[in-house]
Amino acid sequence: MRNVGAVIRRRNEEAAGALIGYLPVGFPTLDESVEAAVALVENGVDVLELGLPYSDPVMDGTVIQAATVQALANGFRLAHGFEAVRRVTERVDAPVLVMTYWNPVVQYGVDRFADDLAAAGGAGLITPDLIPDEAGDWLAASERTGLDRVFLAAPSSTDARIRQAVEASRGFVYAVSTMGITGARTDVDQAARGLVGRLREAGAEASCVGLGISTAEQVAEVLEYAEGAIVGSALVKALADGGIEAAGALAAELARGTARK
Amino acid sequence: MALRAQTGPYFGEFGGRFVPESLVAALDELSEAYTLAKLDPAFGEELAELGRSYTGRPSIITEVPRFAEHAGGARIILKREDLNHTGSHKINNVLGQALLTRRIGKKRVIAETGAGQHGVATATAAALFGLECTIYMGEVDTERQALNVARMRLLGAEVIPVKTGSRTLKDAINDAMRDWVTNVETTNYIFGTVAGPHPFPEMVRDFQAIVGEEARQQVIDLTGGLPTAVAACVGGGSNAIGIFHAFLDDADVALYGFEAGGDGVDTPRHAATISKGRPGVLHGARSYLLQDEDGQTIESHSISAGLDYPGVGPEHSWLAALGRATYLPITDDAAMQALRLLSRTEGIIPAIESAHALAGALDLGRELGRDATILVNLSGRGDKDMETAARYFELLDGSAE
Ligand SMILES: Cc1ncc(COP(=O)(O)O)c(C=O)c1O
Repeated sequence: MRNVGAVIRRRNEEAAGALIGYLPVGFPTLDESVEAAVALVENGVDVLELGLPYSDPVMDGTVIQAATVQALANGFRLAHGFEAVRRVTERVDAPVLVMTYWNPVVQYGVDRFADDLAAAGGAGLITPDLIPDEAGDWLAASERTGLDRVFLAAPSSTDARIRQAVEASRGFVYAVSTMGITGARTDVDQAARGLVGRLREAGAEASCVGLGISTAEQVAEVLEYAEGAIVGSALVKALADGGIEAAGALAAELARGTARK
Repeated sequence: MALRAQTGPYFGEFGGRFVPESLVAALDELSEAYTLAKLDPAFGEELAELGRSYTGRPSIITEVPRFAEHAGGARIILKREDLNHTGSHKINNVLGQALLTRRIGKKRVIAETGAGQHGVATATAAALFGLECTIYMGEVDTERQALNVARMRLLGAEVIPVKTGSRTLKDAINDAMRDWVTNVETTNYIFGTVAGPHPFPEMVRDFQAIVGEEARQQVIDLTGGLPTAVAACVGGGSNAIGIFHAFLDDADVALYGFEAGGDGVDTPRHAATISKGRPGVLHGARSYLLQDEDGQTIESHSISAGLDYPGVGPEHSWLAALGRATYLPITDDAAMQALRLLSRTEGIIPAIESAHALAGALDLGRELGRDATILVNLSGRGDKDMETAARYFELLDGSAE
């Protein structure tokens, strides 16, 4: 089953919630990024987020920047993103969302991008620098293709914007845990709890919290109030420092945090 | 509708707010504060007073006949933004945004800078208003504009050399945006040009429009009529839109923006965004952009740090699409020759950025002939560029090694 919403629902029935893992395509190489993504799923990650390296990643901290800079230097092309999605979904059942800054999608063509992503077996897009206000083309393309679309909500978002994010999103809403960019933090902000509560009141079926989560304890803490926990920089760092095995081991460790208490 | 009446968030198909959701509240707050400030006569009066008693407004115009002899005999008139306090047009915008920062009640400001002129202006305003100040500057630019780094630090600002990407203005904006996303509750981002997400393109334009408003009247007073053409260099486009804006609805006045042609627009080393780019999204707005097939930004190159940027403000993209303004490239060498020519014929050393407009005016003059009057925005002075110029022209003893 490739449906993000259904997987998150199932994990909230059988466990405390879903674990969502991020890795950039093409880091350290295309092949290794595919193997690492597979390893995450084999070690308990429920939903994958594959990031497309981009020249100007304003939402990313130093760990992910370093990885995507290397991927670009190694010759990452957008076509590799679709290839990675295809190769990963051929091997594991977890749904694969693509996380991308907006300009590559615009240049590829929003409709063409949606068609090729769907054909590759992708579940949808997470768009860190596209707010629903500017997303007319993508809303139409995702309606047409049935792809999920994950928009972000921040602690600073007004109630009206929270409602807009909930209405525009499908799959889940990405709750930005703290005001900031990607990067592991020692404590995940209290703001996340309040934000998830506001998203639920606005009708969100699933809110997943990201930015700063790096330990099983933090996953468990987040899953007390949210439907999913998103881990990025910590996994990228494990992959950078210790290779695929280390990334898999961290995924297994993080997955302990999804156990129901 | 009059072209002058156009406001954001969109200029035709350009502009918008392509930003992380975490920044929307801050952009909304800024838009609202700016809307209220525009309606408040006290705000306009305070800004005008700062212009008079701090910046030195109105800046004068200077006719440069000895320089104009090299431009086919056309009349050339310079709008002397180089004489402003801090040495460029950047202060006009910064004082406006610093006043807004005070209204919003934030105590810390951040800014990106390329040539260092916007950084110096921001550090200056921060000193004047008692604000904490952090400036992001690409490492390449901290080297080629070292004097401005020292100025900013002397003024009490923290200067952070940015070591990512091309280590120039584009990357400084990325890091400033990351800082803003993280510290938005306490921090205002004083953006230096007419690019970026709404409300920056409109707001920065409004703060720079004084340049053209003054110059239009000054040229009429001097010559009895409007200029034939108005010329300015274009990095992000703030000095250009500043001088263009008063003339947008004067259909007989031709508007020329001169982009950095670097080694030449047929080489990969240039920053001629409108001449050679195509529409895309960068730094929060849809506009012309130097990018590859996949939408990855291509690194720009210019001898001038202030023009070394692969994007451009959305209003310029719109004016280009409408055909209201024309954008042409000027090579590094043409700019440097114009810099030296103005220095030697008129005793005015321009910034390398502004020298692109001067080189463009030389070409325009030869094309338009003796009857033409060309108004050039001399956006800044060349002090900061002495090291680059000394190396380029081998002016220092032993510098030929
Ligand atoms: C003197 C001068 N002119 C022009 C520019 C380019 O900026 P803009 O295109 O926004 O006027 C700069 C930027 O640093 C500058 O210092």
